[in-house]
Amino acid sequence: MIRQVFLMSLLLLTGAAQALEIQSWRTAQGTRVMYAHAPQLPMVDLSVLFDAGSARDGAQPGKARLLNQLLLEGAGEWDADALARHLESRGIEISTRVGRDIAWINMRSLSDKSILTVALDTLAEVIASPRLDADAIARVKERTLAELRLSRQSAENVAEQMLMQALYGKHPYAHDPLGDASSLARLDAGQLRAFHEQYYTAANAVVAVVGNVDRNQAELLVKRLVGSLEAGEKAAPLPPPEKPKPGIQRKRFPASQTHINMGMLGIRRDDADYFPLLVGNHILGGSGLTSIMGEEVRNKRGLSYGISSRFTPLWVQGPWMLSAQTKNDQAESTRQLMVALLRDFIDEGPDEKQLEAAKKHLVGGFPLKLASNRKILQQIAVLGFYDLPLNWLDTWATKVEQVSASQVRRAFRRRMPVKNLVTVMVGGAKQ
Amino acid sequence: MRLLCSLFVGFLALPVLAAQGKVEEFVLDNGMKVIVQPDHRAAVVVSQLWYKVGSSYELPGTTGVSHVLEHMMFKGTKKVGPDEFSRIIAALGGSENAFTGGDYTAYFETLSKQHLERALELEADRMHNLQLDEKEFRREVAVVREERRLRTDDNPNGLLWEQFNAVAWRVSPYRNPIIGWMHDLETMTVADLQQWYEQWYSPDNAILVVVGDVQPLEVLTLAKKHFEPLPVRKRRGYKARPEPAQKGVTRLTVSVPAKQPILFMGYKSPAMVDVEEPWEAYALVVLNSVLGEGDSSRLTSRVVREQKLAVSAGSSYDAFSRLSGMLVLEAVPAEGVALEAVEKALREQVASLQNEPISKEELQRVVNQTVAKKVFARDSLFYQAMLIGMRETNGYDWKTLDQELQHIRKITPRQVQAVARKYLVDARLTVAMLEPGKAPAGEEKEP
Repeated sequence: MIRQVFLMSLLLLTGAAQALEIQSWRTAQGTRVMYAHAPQLPMVDLSVLFDAGSARDGAQPGKARLLNQLLLEGAGEWDADALARHLESRGIEISTRVGRDIAWINMRSLSDKSILTVALDTLAEVIASPRLDADAIARVKERTLAELRLSRQSAENVAEQMLMQALYGKHPYAHDPLGDASSLARLDAGQLRAFHEQYYTAANAVVAVVGNVDRNQAELLVKRLVGSLEAGEKAAPLPPPEKPKPGIQRKRFPASQTHINMGMLGIRRDDADYFPLLVGNHILGGSGLTSIMGEEVRNKRGLSYGISSRFTPLWVQGPWMLSAQTKNDQAESTRQLMVALLRDFIDEGPDEKQLEAAKKHLVGGFPLKLASNRKILQQIAVLGFYDLPLNWLDTWATKVEQVSASQVRRAFRRRMPVKNLVTVMVGGAKQ
Repeated sequence: MRLLCSLFVGFLALPVLAAQGKVEEFVLDNGMKVIVQPDHRAAVVVSQLWYKVGSSYELPGTTGVSHVLEHMMFKGTKKVGPDEFSRIIAALGGSENAFTGGDYTAYFETLSKQHLERALELEADRMHNLQLDEKEFRREVAVVREERRLRTDDNPNGLLWEQFNAVAWRVSPYRNPIIGWMHDLETMTVADLQQWYEQWYSPDNAILVVVGDVQPLEVLTLAKKHFEPLPVRKRRGYKARPEPAQKGVTRLTVSVPAKQPILFMGYKSPAMVDVEEPWEAYALVVLNSVLGEGDSSRLTSRVVREQKLAVSAGSSYDAFSRLSGMLVLEAVPAEGVALEAVEKALREQVASLQNEPISKEELQRVVNQTVAKKVFARDSLFYQAMLIGMRETNGYDWKTLDQELQHIRKITPRQVQAVARKYLVDARLTVAMLEPGKAPAGEEKEP
């Protein structure tokens, strides 16, 4: 029997008609639970997050994702067909996804008791008892190989993956979560089973629930959901990445455009420079066409359709990436422009007007981040996964407000010097 | 202003949703429609302004003009400078963007509810006062050409989709690519845009959809204030271009440097506007779901899992497009399986829909999913506004959204079989294959 330990609860005033109350507790086996009551619609959204992303692949690229994909290909008494019919005949939606850090299982169901009970019992089997049938493994491998081929015919994907490889070298964030053909060929049921036993455990899981279930129901529901997981242990901390080698890599690709992707190591989820860098990036390239990059590269010069920069905060330093794409004969001049704009920004930092506009956009836009059950779920699930304080959302706006121009400048100069820039350019071959 | 009605017919056996008010619909004196869906869960509002124009209204030589105009709508009016629209909305903490489709061009803002008026004021301004500047146009059309290279020219599946539609439709304007042919984007002029703007950007050709923490009458007051002063522009006549009957299977192949073959099979199928009886369109909705929607659909269960001929397969059909479209089957073959073998397998599934009625379980699954999706749709303000806007812009009453389930419940397996026999026939079929060609010399070999 699992004892539900109440930790804390927090009222978040979002300016909404009802304040959003985030509650969190930990089950006796160590699963952190994040919960928000949303009784207005007769539905429930739920996510289970395991620290079992592609960073846990070890020497077998693609393992984490292959297993995550196989969860819906048969569980307990159901083979893939039976499982799909069982869920879809009740309108229940389950999907899975793997990133570098997180393996997600997302569920959406009506809150009608008879349906929700089936949804939860099925999800419990899906996460705890994957069948890993031989034909299902073969099928998902085939599908993954097709995804790899589709990815490799896209210069955009090729460029992004090349940049990750260049930034992370031997670090587990480097490789494509899809894996590669030779690794996939070698992966067998035993290895997948072992991965499941190690990482799909109660201690390594976070559950987030938003919807039309009250606190007591939510506790029972989570207990039922994670009850059949092994207690297990939390995954070991990931090593920090080594400093990447700066420079430019070029790859010829049969396309009319060249994709220009630049990057550096960025921020950790609990980074001390999180807010200055977030606000700074918003001004530089994070706010679409109102950003410096959007204004200069697209609005003023018409060089690229997509132009943006973003931090992806992870357990350890995630990537910062700046990307654009333009016809081949203006690729080099566009790259130089992007570097010049970046250099100016790092040297000068934002002016007060830019800073003020960014704060207004970020702070004023905060209510939009929580404007649906699914958005609330996404926010609290990530909070729970990275063990961030429960008042993170509540203090977020204040922390954005407190960022000064000199803090942004200092943080960019120290953390993001242009000399560290890694660039990949993919394109240029005639069609 | 004329108050049409305030209707929300609860066909669904669902609990009363306290946070969700009734949809209300108004028509301003100048003919502009305003539809408001209150949703008080968060102090946020989505405003979408839909115009009845898109690539399916376009003529040869100026394809893509609706989409380029959409881009230019951010380039300023007499009062608002180039790109200032975006900066103003950003300073309010809002997000804004726009999208163009075959049958619509839509502009949206998502913001805290107290800023709704500013968004409406700006939209009203650019509905009538757009300044089309030559220099701004030249830069922006260059951006659109880059967008075309990204989405279509360098994207094998995008290219196949474009060619598929251009070949399947001899006459119907659904043959036009939304983004426009490259040559049209190279020869387009400000005058083309000016003419298009004056022809279609008129209040009586627009629908405002607002969903969020608002009261319908408040929105009406704001809409009257900002949009009612706008004059109606006279539109030139628009000639229909109906598709002549196809007489046999049409085939095409696209061969470009690519790594993954892919197959599209489209059967020309009527939308609600063209069906002889409404049940036919709903029967096609059910057929499409049984055939190719979801992991328990026949294509996935049989062609992917049982026969292992494809790694993924599915289908799509829109009963509420403005003009009749296609029911499209799509498959990605497994390694080493010829596209012809996949085509044969998909045709067998089509034949089985014609030869025997679908099962009661299959039909019930579609009904239950429709019930659930109807509830799930309410979680997103944006999606709710999209559903309403798309129906209305395509010429259908938004109330059809609430009637769908009732109609689907009445569909019988025999009716599904009947539409399969009537519409999924060779004389309506176009088959498109992407056959990866050799990369030109100099291209790196994959390891």
